[in-house]
Amino acid sequence: MMRRLLPGLLMALLLGAAGVGTAAIESFSFDSSEQEARFKTLSGQLRCLVCQNQSIGDSNAELAQDLRREVYEMIKAGQDDEQIVTFLVDRYGDFVLYKPPVTTTTALLWAGPFLLIVIGLVFLIRFIRTRVAATATDEALSDEEQTRLDALLDPSAKEPRP
Amino acid sequence: MKARFLIPLGIFLAMAGLFWFVLNQMNSGEYNPRELPSALIDKPAPVFELPSLHKPDQSIGTPNFIGQVSLFNVWASWCVSCRVEHPFFMELAQRKEIPIYGLNYKDERADALRWLTQLGDPYVASAFDYEGRVGIDWGVYGVPETFVVDKQGKIRMRYPGPVTAEVWQRKFVPLIAQLRSEQG
Repeated sequence: MMRRLLPGLLMALLLGAAGVGTAAIESFSFDSSEQEARFKTLSGQLRCLVCQNQSIGDSNAELAQDLRREVYEMIKAGQDDEQIVTFLVDRYGDFVLYKPPVTTTTALLWAGPFLLIVIGLVFLIRFIRTRVAATATDEALSDEEQTRLDALLDPSAKEPRP
Repeated sequence: MKARFLIPLGIFLAMAGLFWFVLNQMNSGEYNPRELPSALIDKPAPVFELPSLHKPDQSIGTPNFIGQVSLFNVWASWCVSCRVEHPFFMELAQRKEIPIYGLNYKDERADALRWLTQLGDPYVASAFDYEGRVGIDWGVYGVPETFVVDKQGKIRMRYPGPVTAEVWQRKFVPLIAQLRSEQG
């Protein structure tokens, strides 16, 4: 039974692997290596809207393929990076950008980490201050305590055990 | 200061409450974390002109929207959720509730026509967007998507995902009533 199944399974696996392999291949030819570099950077900075944690450069979603083609054609047509990014933001909103611009809605997003650092620092300083204050208020030993301590530390003197 | 040990418990309860609330919103369909706001709300519908799905020599485009409140529904024969919303669009069309225009998105003409023959055609007309370019202009990121276009041809709402009777009542009906009362 297994012997008969195995070749079929292998075949299926191989075919599957081949299918996955070919899906990603697209051939874009650029006029210069500078254009190609721009294409790579741009497609890394733009988010695919279908698989939202991948860039359009990484994603195999149909929409990502279309957007790559769109970016490619705009580069070939001589548009600059800003024009291409604006084209996509006009249609899909700031969400296509992995690095969102600073606006009133994203202000908290940008300032958040710094706010957290400040809050953390305030707590840290307060904590250290109370610690220091606690150790500083330890008073010196009274005369009686001091004599007892001396006696305890002095190996020659033998204090009678209670 | 005695109740200090309750602070972590309090934080835990607050977070649990927040998660419970968000999950509830997600289950009831009020909130979808993958849903994107459209960048085109209150903006004029992107200008386009495409051949009609049924009559390739005729064109469908932005001028069709002017003068009436209409729906623009992005669909495809390969799209499973479109089958889900399709019966409801048929119902809307039979009730003559609102003109529905279709954008047949990245589809084969033959497949799309067969789909409409088999299941019925709720659309006034469908534009044939084989390359998906018009889809990109409209900011389409998943099929189905339904846009509400006002009398001046401005996009007033975008709903991603299948339109059901419940969604229709909750999201579309109030807006459409308001748009109809606006000056054309």
